[in-house]
Amino acid sequence: MEYILIFVSAIFVNNIVLSQFLGICPFLGVSKKIDTSLGMSAAVAFVLTLATIVTYLVQKFVLEAFGLQYLQTIAFILVIASLVQMVEIILKKVSPALYQALGIFLPLITTNCAVLGVAILVIQKDFNLLQSVVYAFSTAIGFGLALTVFAGMREQLELVKIPKGMQGMAIVMLSAGLLSLAFMGFSGVDGGLRTLFGLD
Amino acid sequence: MSYFNIIRNGIINENPTFVLMLGMCPTLATTTSAMNGMSMGLATMAVLICTNFVISCLKTITPDKVRIPVFIVVIAAFVTILQMVIKAFLPDVDKALGLFIPLIVVNCVILGRAEAFAAKNSPVAALFDGIGIGLGFTLGLTLLGICREVLGSGAIFGFTLLPETYNILLFVLPPGAFITLGFLIAIVNKLKA
Repeated sequence: MEYILIFVSAIFVNNIVLSQFLGICPFLGVSKKIDTSLGMSAAVAFVLTLATIVTYLVQKFVLEAFGLQYLQTIAFILVIASLVQMVEIILKKVSPALYQALGIFLPLITTNCAVLGVAILVIQKDFNLLQSVVYAFSTAIGFGLALTVFAGMREQLELVKIPKGMQGMAIVMLSAGLLSLAFMGFSGVDGGLRTLFGLD
Repeated sequence: MSYFNIIRNGIINENPTFVLMLGMCPTLATTTSAMNGMSMGLATMAVLICTNFVISCLKTITPDKVRIPVFIVVIAAFVTILQMVIKAFLPDVDKALGLFIPLIVVNCVILGRAEAFAAKNSPVAALFDGIGIGLGFTLGLTLLGICREVLGSGAIFGFTLLPETYNILLFVLPPGAFITLGFLIAIVNKLKA
């Protein structure tokens, strides 16, 4: 039950992009077409889940075991950067088709703050390993959902005439604001579920 | 290019918030009030000045192939120092900015300037570029913070201007960040045209 709560709340209530502002760069950068946004979402889901598991283990068995918590930021970013590189190399060898599909998006993920953000958040929230994995995966789905819906909106925006000053990033920001407003409609759902499952 | 021009370039021609559109995560997330926006801007500026200078000093001995990992390690080291300083001396700022202090590591402004400016110019020029871009970023964040604070809670830097009945809560909430920034960009576009 607790896992369902984490799942729903990470996707809808506390959406990583629209209410926590993590991963805004790819959200604005690769949301012009639905196809590319799906590819990006898949790559993020893969790396985010994997990176959270590895950084969680690094935190528990290396940093905390030796009292090196102050090195968290450096350790995590290095783990994520090398992990992305490794995933790229392995994918190229093992599954060329998947590599073709995700290829261009993988290097961009190192600087996606959602990955580092979630890695630090699960430590701050004091989650156990299974909770962390569920949280990371649902966050990635939330990211994918926001990205794909937004790409759909931008494809429609291409077809309309926009006032000159509003063209480019300005209208993109406003549309993102409306989407974020729509997601605010979910606020309170997690509280309701909590009562429903009797977790209070 | 004189040092004055480098600073002006960072604030106006290449303003990271309104022209380059880099570092959008902290821009949107931490500007719930003018004070928070300014603290985030200054924190980023402190890191940017240090990393620009150090990376420019290291540019001749950094092999080209591993330059990005080297940049990231330098940036992460300075962010860790900043994180500890803020935690020790400014606990309020630490509480307000929270997660976004360690996330300065992945702020594209910093890596972007390291790659675009510091790796090609002298350490002193890189230092001034750090100051210019840092000021531009701080200015952008403070401006966005002021707009959101005035509209959302009727105050500037905590001083109340409007009575509570006229506050529009939306502007302090996440959607307000996108909407305010959208309009500010539109205004900048209009002024440039």
